[in-house]
Amino acid sequence: MVDVTPADAVPPAEVAEMELYHPHSWWTKYVFSQDAKVIAVQYSATAMAIGLVALMLSWLMRLQLGFPGTFDFITPEAYYQFITMHGMIMVIYLLTALFLGGFGNYLIPLMVGARDMVFPYVNMLSYWVYLLAVLVLVSSFFAPGGPTGAGWTLYPPQAIMTGTPGGQDWGIILMLSSLILFIIGFTMGGLNYVVTVLQGRTRGMTLMRLPLTVWGIFTATVMALLAFPALFVACVMMLLDRLLGTSFFMPAIVEMGEQLQHNGGSPILFQHLFWFFGHPEVYIVALPAFGIVSDLISTHARKNIFGYRMMVWAIIAIGALSFVVWAHHMYVSGMNPYFGFFFATTTLIIAVPTAIKVYNWVLTLWRGDIHLTIPMLFALAFIVTFVNGGLTGLFLGNVVVDVPLSDTMFVVAHFHMVMGVAPILVIFGAIYHWYPKVTGRMLDETLGRFHFWITFLGAYLIFFPMHYLGLMGVPRRYAELTDMNIMTESAHHLNSFISIMAFIVGFAQMVFLFNLIWSIRHGREAGGNPWRATTLEWQTPETPPAHGNFGKELPIVYRWAYDYSVPGAKEDFIPQNVPGSFGPSREPA
Amino acid sequence: MSVILVFMLVIAGFAGWWLSHQRLTAKPWLEQGVAGDVVGFDRSSLPTAKIGLGVFLAVVGCLFSLFTSAYFMRMGLSDWRPLPLPRLLWLNTGVLALSSVALQCAVVAARRGQVDMVRLGLATAGLTALAFLAGQLIAWRQLTEDGYLLASNPANSFFYLITAMHGLHILGGLVGLGRTSAGAWNGTRRERLRLSVELCAMYWHFLLFVWLCIFAVLAGWAATFVSICQRLLT
Repeated sequence: MVDVTPADAVPPAEVAEMELYHPHSWWTKYVFSQDAKVIAVQYSATAMAIGLVALMLSWLMRLQLGFPGTFDFITPEAYYQFITMHGMIMVIYLLTALFLGGFGNYLIPLMVGARDMVFPYVNMLSYWVYLLAVLVLVSSFFAPGGPTGAGWTLYPPQAIMTGTPGGQDWGIILMLSSLILFIIGFTMGGLNYVVTVLQGRTRGMTLMRLPLTVWGIFTATVMALLAFPALFVACVMMLLDRLLGTSFFMPAIVEMGEQLQHNGGSPILFQHLFWFFGHPEVYIVALPAFGIVSDLISTHARKNIFGYRMMVWAIIAIGALSFVVWAHHMYVSGMNPYFGFFFATTTLIIAVPTAIKVYNWVLTLWRGDIHLTIPMLFALAFIVTFVNGGLTGLFLGNVVVDVPLSDTMFVVAHFHMVMGVAPILVIFGAIYHWYPKVTGRMLDETLGRFHFWITFLGAYLIFFPMHYLGLMGVPRRYAELTDMNIMTESAHHLNSFISIMAFIVGFAQMVFLFNLIWSIRHGREAGGNPWRATTLEWQTPETPPAHGNFGKELPIVYRWAYDYSVPGAKEDFIPQNVPGSFGPSREPA
Repeated sequence: MSVILVFMLVIAGFAGWWLSHQRLTAKPWLEQGVAGDVVGFDRSSLPTAKIGLGVFLAVVGCLFSLFTSAYFMRMGLSDWRPLPLPRLLWLNTGVLALSSVALQCAVVAARRGQVDMVRLGLATAGLTALAFLAGQLIAWRQLTEDGYLLASNPANSFFYLITAMHGLHILGGLVGLGRTSAGAWNGTRRERLRLSVELCAMYWHFLLFVWLCIFAVLAGWAATFVSICQRLLT
């Protein structure tokens, strides 16, 4: 039984209230808003819009791979442009922006019990710089020569040479400028996310009472702040090589019988800088997903998360380790074998904290009261997909296995499983989970289930066969695969099958977008806490939460975020802001 | 990549120290959820803006460590011809140090509430910082006149790139300094003025430190130091 006595309750504390900027007009309320929730929606909408472009680019690529020679407009140059823009948009402008800019902005202030981010003005600026970066990126589609076709890793020297699409045109310049802008914008936002978690927490919200979502986003943001400068440095230096003829990365090179003015530069230096950013980037995307999925599983299995402390430590350990594994992307660059040995070891060590997390998710599910809601379905699908992609990561982490597989479709299958499909599944799950809080209405259930099954099964049918193609030796990065010995008839059939599945899965995303828009007006009324969850964002007085989030007084936190199915409690969940101890099992021994 | 790894180690050490004070071994599922638990605020007593600036400076430090890492890696290749640093850089260093000292005086004055001294300190700091930037531009001119062009050697490229990056950060700082000065002349509240002067001073000292480091790197002393260390270790 609940035994709350008045003595248990704490009077509202003298929490330092922040001065909120109160909007005066429609423009400052919905466009140039300083409210983190509005900024979150702006970030998400922009990220999804540009993500849609990337999705269509992947269709075009699949058209070429599945039905080679059928479509005249897909020249090899165009194919490389599609591949480059698809990769760059998905990794940076969609995943990073949506997880940190979208979910970070919406969830951090609400979950830690703050009125808003600590620097709202800088936060607003962050979105507008991000939008500018996206516009610069999009403008490269319309620039003479089209966007860059250098591959999403932009390796020099080929990235800025004549043979590469956009190399001596506007493509590469716009791409590098856009990345530089993105990093500047992200740094503004990232400062907010970190300092809000440090300083904005409400009374009683100790670090160990934070929901794992906040832990994931917080750690990922810290990593991003430290990793993105590497990409910034690489971009600035390559821009100078391209525009002012310096030789940071460009070796002496003869192009079309002409000696270029570059001399002695080191392409490997670029690879080091790029992957010093690039590998943490994988976890910048994965850690928020880990955090969010922990909360989804706990809430929809009505059970506390298993091993909360281990989950937190694992997040920190993964964050730290991810900075010393970057060169496993460079095994084929001709590095010293001892370096390869070192980086293979650190890479495999990361599997330990990651495996701890997977075990804890499974143990949370064990004997839980599992509700197969749509967010839960996506969370379960994430675990399966992530384990799958993670295991092939163990293959590729070993130098001897990586070297023959490195340039095959196996790698494409691996990273799409582990950092493409898996985080996207979490994003979908999270949108189905938090949409009721953002809009006050539920997303349509039938459409949602349709979307889930097509996406989950379809993604498997796309990427699982790719592993086999890779093991057969089918190379990646090739626009034309018709006249190769390894391309047997069955391999061609498999490619056509993958392409058809890609169209079907892409179509399911249109259904999802329709659902997102349709449900704003026509969805079922959600109420304040439809999932009966414990975390603070579900305890706001209004839904959707008003400017300032919590009404007159900030909530006080009395417990951790996972009090589900507590024996002796009246309900099967106890919100974080409810005081009192419950039941005999919670007495100290 | 050794420089950036050392920098990361410092950050990791700091993060580890901070985390070790955060009761990461607590068992939140056993905590009773009653009054006794929530007495302490465990956020820092430092002003939020200072923590924000601290995090930003970590990012800036990361940026310059990466430039330095790239510098050392590129330096090992055969076409590297070090360029003679203009003597003017010594003077510039002095001017930048003066700027930092002036801001520190402004901080002291702001703590005592002497608005006149604050204004004097801010104005001196701003003018000396502008003088530093002008000095850097003159140093660039001297080098280009002597034929050390941006693209003619990687050592030159790095010199212009790193000094430009540092100069841009000073320029950004001047915007903040300008806003603080406007506040000092328009009579902002005392605590607010004190905070913004302290923030400026923090940024300035950090950029001075960065400048001393990159000066040492560009002049080649850092490389000598590293090679001595390597010899000691092997």
